Order: sequence, then C-alpha cells, then structure tokens
Amino acid sequence: MSNEIEAIKDPGLPAHVHRKADHDPEAAKRAERQVATMFGISALGTILLIVSYVFIPQDLFVFIPVMGDQNAHQLGLGLGMAISLFFIGMGAIHWAKTLMPDTEVVAQRHEFRSPDSDRKEFVEAVKAGAGAAGLGRRSLIKKSLGAALGLSALSPLLLLRDLGPLPKKEFETTTWKAGTYLVTDPGNRRIKASDLEVGAVAQVLPEIEDPEHRKLSDIGKDAVLLIRLRPEEFNLEADRLAMTHEGIIAFSKICSHMGCAVALYEQQTKHLLCPCHQSTFDVTRAAKVIFGPAARPLPQLDITVDGEGYLVARQPFSEPVGPSFWERNSQ
Amino acid sequence: MKRLSRYRRHKAAAPLLLIFALLGIGTTFSIASATTTAETTTADRSALIEEGRQIFLKGCSSCHGLNAEGGQIAPSLIGVGAASVDFQVGTGRMPMADMSTQAMRKAPVYDAAETAAIAAYVASLAAGPDIPAEESLNYERDGSTAEGGELFRNNCAMCHNFAGQGGALTQGKYAPTLMGVDPKYIYEAMITGPQSMPVFSDKTITPAEKLSLIKWIKSAEKEPNLGGASLGRVGPVTEGLLGWTLGLGILIGVAVWLAMKAR
Repeated sequence: MSNEIEAIKDPGLPAHVHRKADHDPEAAKRAERQVATMFGISALGTILLIVSYVFIPQDLFVFIPVMGDQNAHQLGLGLGMAISLFFIGMGAIHWAKTLMPDTEVVAQRHEFRSPDSDRKEFVEAVKAGAGAAGLGRRSLIKKSLGAALGLSALSPLLLLRDLGPLPKKEFETTTWKAGTYLVTDPGNRRIKASDLEVGAVAQVLPEIEDPEHRKLSDIGKDAVLLIRLRPEEFNLEADRLAMTHEGIIAFSKICSHMGCAVALYEQQTKHLLCPCHQSTFDVTRAAKVIFGPAARPLPQLDITVDGEGYLVARQPFSEPVGPSFWERNSQ
Repeated sequence: MKRLSRYRRHKAAAPLLLIFALLGIGTTFSIASATTTAETTTADRSALIEEGRQIFLKGCSSCHGLNAEGGQIAPSLIGVGAASVDFQVGTGRMPMADMSTQAMRKAPVYDAAETAAIAAYVASLAAGPDIPAEESLNYERDGSTAEGGELFRNNCAMCHNFAGQGGALTQGKYAPTLMGVDPKYIYEAMITGPQSMPVFSDKTITPAEKLSLIKWIKSAEKEPNLGGASLGRVGPVTEGLLGWTLGLGILIGVAVWLAMKAR
C-alpha cells in the first residue's frame, strides 16, 4: 500500500505564467493607463453627482428610451454615485490584477501551542493573583458576588415582560355587540337595507361613540364586508340564512388564513378573493373555502334591521375573527 | 266678422296670422311649458328608442336576446339602465370581440349617437341607473383628494391596486387599470357594477364621495415618478424581478471578471 502512495509524486504548484505587463514595459504602461482611466471615470461620476445635486432642478423630467419619463435630478444623482463607486472598485481590481506582484508566496505556519515553560508560568501567575485577592479566604465577597451576578441575570427576564401585556380575550372579541349599528367605512353613516342594490357591496365598521378616534387595532378585527345578492342565490343552511337580511349577508373582512383584508368580491361568480394568498370563499355557501390555504370560512355576522330599516348586528361574532392563534378553540 | 273676412286675402294677412299664431304658441308654451316639453321630447325619445332597438336587434340581440331578456351566454339587460349601456358600449367592452373570460376595453364599435340610442332603448325596458349629467361630474370643484384617497384604499385598492393600476382576480379575470379612464365611465362603473365589479350604492358612497374618488384617481394619474422608473407601479413583483435578474446578473458578471486571471 505504502508503495502505491509513494508512486504518485507531489506535482507541486504549476509553473508560474507571467503576465504581459510583467515583462513588456509597453503592456505595463497600457495597464497603468487603463487603471488611471477607470479612476478618471469615477471622478467624472462624482462630478456628475455634484452637478446634478446643485444645478438640475428637482422637478425636471427627461424622456429616457425604455424607461420613460424620468426625474433628471434623481437620475443624475443615482448614475453619478453608481459610476463614482463602481469605477473606483474596478480600477483598484484591475490595478491589482495587472500590475501588483502576482507570484504565489508560501508562508509557513508555526505551532499554535505555547511552549510548556510559558504555560506553567501563566498558571502560577493566576494562582498567585487569586491568592493575593483573597478569593480562597474571603468567603463573604465570594458569596455576595455570586448572589449579585445571579440576580443580575433576572433583569433580562423583566425586560422580556415588556414585550407586551398578554392579549387575554382580545383576539376572541370584537367591538360588535347585539344591537351595534353597521356604519360605512369611511363616513360612519348608518346604512339602510334599502340603500344597497342587488350586487352592491359596502365596507362597514361597528358604530362607536367617537368615530374620529377609532383604534387601528379595532378596525383590524371589526372590519366587515356587506354584500347584497338575490335571496334565491343563497345556498345556506337554515341557521345561516336566518343571519342574513333580504339577501344582505355580512362577513368578517379579516382572512381566516393570515388576516389580510378579503374584499375582492366578484359580482358574477359571487366569490370573495383574498389578495395575499388567493384563498377564495364562496359567498353563496357561507364563505366556504373553495380554493387556497385558508382553513376556515370567514365568520358571518348575524344582521337584521331596526324599526326604521337601519342595519344592525343581532349578536356578536360567534367565533374569533381572523387567523388562527395558539389558544384559539377551533372546535 | 265680415269686416275681418274682407281682409283675409290681404297681402299682410299671412304674415300677420303667422305672428299671431307664434304669439299664441309662445303664450301657451310659457303657461304650460312643463307638459309641452314632455310631449315634444316624448316623440323624440320614442324615435331614439326605436333607433336604439334597431341597433340592438342587429348588434346585440344574438347574445342578449331579441327583447334583451338574456340568454345562455349573456345576462338580461332589463333594468341595467342607461349608465350600464353607456359604460359597456362607450368603452368598447360591448360588443365583445370574442367569448373570452372578460370583456376588454377597446376602441368603441358604436359612435356616441348610436350608444345614446341603445342606452335609451335599454333604459326604456325597465328603470335603472341613468347616465350622470355632465354638470354633476365636476370633480375638480366638488371632490376632495384626501377623502378620495381614503375611500379608494378602503373600497377600490384591493382589486384595482393601490395606485389604480389594476390587478388579477380569479381564473383569468382581472380588474382593469383606472389610468386614462373618462370620469363619466368611472362614475358609471361604480353605480352599475360591470362584470366582476360590485355596485357601490349612492347611499354607502355618496355622489360627492364618488367625485372625490375620481379626483384622487385623476391625481394618481398625474403623479410623477420621483424615484425613477415606476416599473408599472404594481409593487414588489416587478421590483423583485428586476432586482433578481438584472441586479444579480450584473453581480455575477462582476464576480466572473474579478476571478479571471489577467493575461
């Protein structure tokens, strides 16, 4: 075996091929000029940047083929900076590749381990220092230091608490209650059932005392889409049909997959499409998922009308709106 | 009476009579102007409706039925209103060029007068949304861009893209771009809900709010591209594509050049 290994000779490094610039002064001169040209282009780029910044008005638009109308000021700044930086780099690399020494150099590594004498000396110095500091004798210091260090490890835990109060029931509840009026979003006007034609949609929110200061976190849960169909177009269970009013059906607008606003309603197919992951819900079948990653239908809001014909919620959502979360009871 | 009839062949009789007659008509008109207007335009209108019916029978009835009652491949037009016809025919969507998933905007087949005639005919079948009057579309005066933006983001942006550039729906359908659309057609689309688009009722989005929406769309149209090429203003898709292909391509090229040995 050992004979076979010895049979293959170490081929060593390949013979060094010299570059043209190494032996031809003309070529070296040419390479030098090339490097200088690149640095020169870079300088021109910087000048272009400065000129664009100072002299080109910010609202000047010029037509550039393929790209269309472009803002000359921004274009000058961008091009100038790109040329300025790119050609510094190119010049430096061209310089290194053509003119700087390129012969392979072998640097021998030496052992990482310190000599035994140095190691012994280090251990002795540490022991002497510890003895002088009294770590062995002064147990009070040792114990109190241990306690202080241990306690200080608790402070990051306290900071973790600041990640926020626990959501408690917030994910499971919305502003909708029995008797909450449906109002337009934006506008905050109550909606009569007769206001909606067949085929109409309306983006609605629950009526609150102070609509000017509606919280975004509430809108994120309360948003509802109102759709009017012909009542005979529904294909609903009796309990779901009872939650509609004369063909008007209300769904939570928050996708049960990732919480995007589902409001792409196709009037002809009666499909609701979520723009984020293409979950598609069939409005006529209580927002049943017919395509895409959503796991559940959109929660349906039980609606009716008051004495004057204004749309009003009969009861809150019967299930949490929006995407799944850890503690959600999905039964 | 005899004295009067003596002058009946007088050469001034005819012009005088004409003047009396005109005065008489003028007086009657001013007294009962409302009713007479209705009477005179009813005749015009029935002529227009008849003209529209003729165009409809030639160009539309093969799909929509001889009485616009709809068929296997096309919906009934009874009750869609004049606004719907004006939108569909005026933007060239109808008649459709082929039976594709969606009628596309193209050069209109019928001119303005023919479109008005078809609209009058369809509107005569049953009540429906009417074409908005020119003076009610002064969005520059009556609209608010800020309010329009809020309404747009809430009601339109999910399908038509946050910059009104249009976007994809399911199975090859799409929401078209809103750039360069006549304000009248934007308004008509909202009140009639053409094709996949739902209706936006006047009570949930008031006519004034609709004008604000149009004003916002028109201001988005004029929005300059301060950041350079807009790449269709459709967001991260084209930007990412350009970054990954062009940007990475350049980087790979530079890397190859870096590693190349100089001669």
